[in-house]
Amino acid sequence: MQETKEPWEITRSLVVKAEEETNPHYGHRPEERPIKEHMRFGIINVDKPAGPSSHEVTAWLKRILSLESAGHGGTLEA
Amino acid sequence: MAGKEYVCMMRLHSDIPQDRVEKVLDEFQGPLYQRPPVRSSVKRRLRIRTVYYNRFIEMDERNVLFKVGCEAGTYIRKLCYDIGEVLGCGAHMQELRRTRVGPFIEDESLVTLHDISYLFSRWKETKDETILRKFVYPMEKALQLIPKINVRDSAVDALCHGAHLTAPGVLSLESGIKIGDVVAVFTQKGEAVTIAEAAVSSENMLKMDHGFVAKTKRVLMPRGMYPKMWRSNQ
Repeated sequence: MQETKEPWEITRSLVVKAEEETNPHYGHRPEERPIKEHMRFGIINVDKPAGPSSHEVTAWLKRILSLESAGHGGTLEA
Repeated sequence: MAGKEYVCMMRLHSDIPQDRVEKVLDEFQGPLYQRPPVRSSVKRRLRIRTVYYNRFIEMDERNVLFKVGCEAGTYIRKLCYDIGEVLGCGAHMQELRRTRVGPFIEDESLVTLHDISYLFSRWKETKDETILRKFVYPMEKALQLIPKINVRDSAVDALCHGAHLTAPGVLSLESGIKIGDVVAVFTQKGEAVTIAEAAVSSENMLKMDHGFVAKTKRVLMPRGMYPKMWRSNQ
């Protein structure tokens, strides 16, 4: 019998405290980020093969995508 | 910490009837004691990790395929070993594939290195940016499961400089935030500004008109994206 709810099933409601317009001159909606900024602050869901380490894959991605910096969020070590 | 889901193939060390396997799998749900294996980067102390669910998929002789949803830091190898102990025959983890980490699942966002290579070549040929956006997602996607607080434009730059979040800056927030919870602070446009630790609950954040509501832990947005609008004391 399942006892605890998994974190991705938790629903929350948004409660508004105050309203205010956002100035369109500052920042961008994430979907509308200029490509350079989008790549700099982007995330890729990689199906990593078993062979190379995540460090190697990250280095490969940096090279292929000409990225200044890239990191990884951990993998499965079986 | 992100919850995980795996598909696991466990190999039993002798033949066990399916109904017994299913019954024991079902028992191994909820909080479990585990000690990290010898080969681990963490301190080997006994700790509790929660298995949210075990779902039997199928069984073929001594191979058992099942899906497991669990808390980060749960050792599936140890889970298989312990299931084997309870079954009496012993068992080990034969194969494992992670199918979820936090908000990331096996959907159209999941790409292989081949996919990335191909898509990148296509982009170079066509210069079509939408190709890159097909597999590179905004970093905000990583924060999908973290409770959110949306703030005024005027609060953003101070936060980018590491300032803690105060009550007047808050426009809206998600319910269920408790003291100590990790929260993500967003602009009205949906851009991530900081990751913070709640200093008060959701209810109090709504009631307060001054004072700290969240302690900034990590700044995500570069300085200067929003103008300096630090309010003077009134």
